[in-house]
Amino acid sequence: MKTWLTTTDHKRIGLLYFWTAFGFFLIGGLEALIIRAQLARPDGGLGVSAETFNQLFTMHGTTMVFLALMPLSAAFFNFMIPLQIGARDVAFPRLNAFSYWVFLLGGLFLNASFIAGPLFGADRLSVAPDAGWFGYENLTSRQFSPGPNVDFWLLGLQILGIASLAAGFNFIVTILNMRAPGMRMLRLPPFTWMTLITQFLVITAFPVITVALVLLMFDRFFGTHFFVPQGGGDPILWQHLFWMFGHPEVYILILPAMGIVSEVLPTFSKKPLFGYTVVVYSGVVIAFLGWSVWSHHMFSSGLGPIADSVFAGTTMLIAIPTGVKIFNWIGTLWGGQIRFTTSLLFAVGFIAMFIIGGLSGVSHASAPSDLQQTDTYYVVAHIHYVLFGGTILGLFAGMYYWWPKMTGRLLSESLGKVHFWLTMIGMNLAFFPMHFSGLLGMPRRIYTYSSELGVTGFNQASTIGAFLIGLATLVFVWNLLRTRWQPISAPHNPWGGATLEWAIPSPPPVYNFTVIPTVESRMPLWQTERHAPMRPLPERPPAPIHVPGGSWWPLITATGLPVMAIGALSHVIPVVLAGAAVVIVGIYRWAYEPFEM
Amino acid sequence: MTHGSAHAHEAGAGAHRTSMGLDSRKMAFWAFIGSECLLFGSLISTYLVYKGRSLTGPFPHEILNIPFTSFSTFDLLMSSLAMVLALAAVQRGDMKQGKLWLLVTALLGLVFLAGQFWEFSHFVREGLGLTTNLFGSTFYVLTGTHGAHVTVGVIWLLTLWVQALRGKLGPANAMTVEITGLYWHFVDVVWIVIFTVVYLIQ
Amino acid sequence: MSEQAHATTATYLRIAAILVMITLIEVGVFYVPTFQALLVPILLVLSAVKFTLVVMFYMHLKFDNRFFAFLFGGPLLLGVAVVVSLLFIFYGAVRLRTGT
Ligand code: HEM
Ligand SMILES: [Cu+2]
Repeated sequence: MKTWLTTTDHKRIGLLYFWTAFGFFLIGGLEALIIRAQLARPDGGLGVSAETFNQLFTMHGTTMVFLALMPLSAAFFNFMIPLQIGARDVAFPRLNAFSYWVFLLGGLFLNASFIAGPLFGADRLSVAPDAGWFGYENLTSRQFSPGPNVDFWLLGLQILGIASLAAGFNFIVTILNMRAPGMRMLRLPPFTWMTLITQFLVITAFPVITVALVLLMFDRFFGTHFFVPQGGGDPILWQHLFWMFGHPEVYILILPAMGIVSEVLPTFSKKPLFGYTVVVYSGVVIAFLGWSVWSHHMFSSGLGPIADSVFAGTTMLIAIPTGVKIFNWIGTLWGGQIRFTTSLLFAVGFIAMFIIGGLSGVSHASAPSDLQQTDTYYVVAHIHYVLFGGTILGLFAGMYYWWPKMTGRLLSESLGKVHFWLTMIGMNLAFFPMHFSGLLGMPRRIYTYSSELGVTGFNQASTIGAFLIGLATLVFVWNLLRTRWQPISAPHNPWGGATLEWAIPSPPPVYNFTVIPTVESRMPLWQTERHAPMRPLPERPPAPIHVPGGSWWPLITATGLPVMAIGALSHVIPVVLAGAAVVIVGIYRWAYEPFEM
Repeated sequence: MTHGSAHAHEAGAGAHRTSMGLDSRKMAFWAFIGSECLLFGSLISTYLVYKGRSLTGPFPHEILNIPFTSFSTFDLLMSSLAMVLALAAVQRGDMKQGKLWLLVTALLGLVFLAGQFWEFSHFVREGLGLTTNLFGSTFYVLTGTHGAHVTVGVIWLLTLWVQALRGKLGPANAMTVEITGLYWHFVDVVWIVIFTVVYLIQ
Repeated sequence: MSEQAHATTATYLRIAAILVMITLIEVGVFYVPTFQALLVPILLVLSAVKFTLVVMFYMHLKFDNRFFAFLFGGPLLLGVAVVVSLLFIFYGAVRLRTGT
């Protein structure tokens, strides 16, 4: 237990990220099922009140984006990046532990809002955030949202931002500076490349949301008018700041999944990734363009014809590098010796579903057509095809692929196939009809609809689909849990992968590599035209390997942050100061603690 | 904590071989500074977007004190000079000079903070509070964030100074001083921008 | 730590003198009525020069590894681009709404 609390081992931190994020994924999924049950019939199937419904969809979106998908990607960054680049750990192991604890505590803080009502003289289930995952002004102003709901949201996101930023610096340095000899930049595995690009987006986009949240905090706590029209402020500024962060954020969510798919497809087609360099560079272009499109979320706010046209143009441009990647993936499969493992199925499912999501994206890249679609279920369909059909299917592909490396145990392929097909059927049944209900005029985020709107059938289909996804997820949970009772028996390289993580035992020893390998090709474990496969590493380290001990300070420093947030939430200054004191003491002890790599 | 080595540095990588031949901590710090550009960029955007949109006074031209702030600017520029001299001294192993210039840098930082404190309280007396108008809100949040950065820098510099007094800072820690310097100079260049955008261009 | 040619104390002092001089010019320009029309561009250029001098010499980017310049310059340019485009979009939309 203690060794887990103080651990600085990237593999353990990866597992912690995985289980925590997966737990939040289940919570977010439960919220979605309640939403769908409510919408199963006109006029409300469950009798959920409008207030509760607002909290459910807000927490669903916030949880899935910040507590499930980002940290599930982070689980793979943590576990896989040092292995893929041939390193013993990340560049800053303690900072890595700090990121995890901050994420965990931030997530708990946000979710505590569900039960915290009585502390504020309100009912349970009444003070959770309720202004949508993008928290539009002036729904979030004190005037229209006097309770602590939005405070939970803004303080929680502020905490989570710290975790992401710290991890961002850490992984940039790790990938650039900790590579094994010979691991040149253009020999990095595609997952590592996409991670690197993602982290650059993180360290540039998160400061913007930090500022937006600070301004919101000043409005709510100190009575400024940054977003309040009565004082001259402009709610539209919030939209700009949010989406300047928000659009890079959607690429932060999808690029890691693209990286995973670019690992899985070559392995199971026994062919190198088609156009590796193009995949890498199109990732860079996507990130770059990702910064230039934010106002496509704001067409309906009245930007004027010039801005509308510019943002429509840049948005359509982004479809080009995205399309390039899709052709590269298809080219990788083309003519390969394909093995239809669960992991490959999910990767192929990713390509197919992501294309649908991309197409609906292009359809609202055009401002006039977006005005018909924005704030309707059509956008909900889009985001679920890219985030579920894209990110989540990609993450599942990664879970089936890397689970044996992470735990030494293989997941059941037959349960995996059940999981895959149920997921595919469920997601298309759930999300495809939303295109229709949206175009027929069903707004998003309403807790009831009338049967006269003519969307009842579509909604019923969506609800059935959602419960199928729920069932599929239960199958997956069972698949994960049952491996715990199996012996550790996975070989080093169960799939015949080409990258360094497959050169070492499953699960890897603490020090990862008995000797740091020297890399001579982009696919070190494969026979290529010019290179023989890397020779196996020695079974035992030839010289004793020094592994850093654990540290308490990352955890202790991290606890200061939610304490500060609780103080702010309840307007008790001494608690804020106490939290700050914990952070300061933690940082000092951390800085002067003997700790060696 | 498995052994009692006296060296306390996070990135052992800093001392050992790295793939780019660069110190890991320094690289992380440059990335952090890059990230800070977006933080201050967003704050400055907010200030500029709301420029001239205050509904009531006091307005910038009625209240900003250029001679006083020019002095603060001068003070901060001099602190940057002191900082490079401190670093050069530590790198040479001249800890006497090193200590002196670290202290001077921190003191000049304190002078800046005292000036900001005086400026803020003067403005409040003149009727410009945080919530008076958009100018007040954007001004205090932007310059206050900068001031918070200066505060962190002063504490950091004083920490190094105390370490130096206790004989625990030497040429072997030059990288720590260099990184402190990067932070300090960055805070200075942010002020260069704020001085122009907020004070001179009214 | 870097082995490259480092600036000397004399350089540091010279840079400091230039920085102070530019600051004086800035403040001077601010008070001279004839410059009012050109005030904004002049001040922006002058402060950009100061910014560059500090970054190049005091933060050693001129002598240090080019990669650091990229780590700093990339986000910096991004930040500037974002600030400028936000101003254009925002004011464009405000004009549209208020009909001015
Ligand atoms: C070809 C690529 C894409 C294009 C052209 C595109 C375009 C758009 C447009 C124009 C909107 C605004 C719709 C509206 O609110 O009216 C939008 C919303 C959204 N997109 Fe995309 N998109 C693309 C890919 C992606 C990807 C890869 C992701 C994430 C993985 C993503 C996630 C989102 C999200 C989360 C929203 C909605 C946010 C909300 O309103 O709640 N999109 N997209
Ligand atoms: Cu977008």
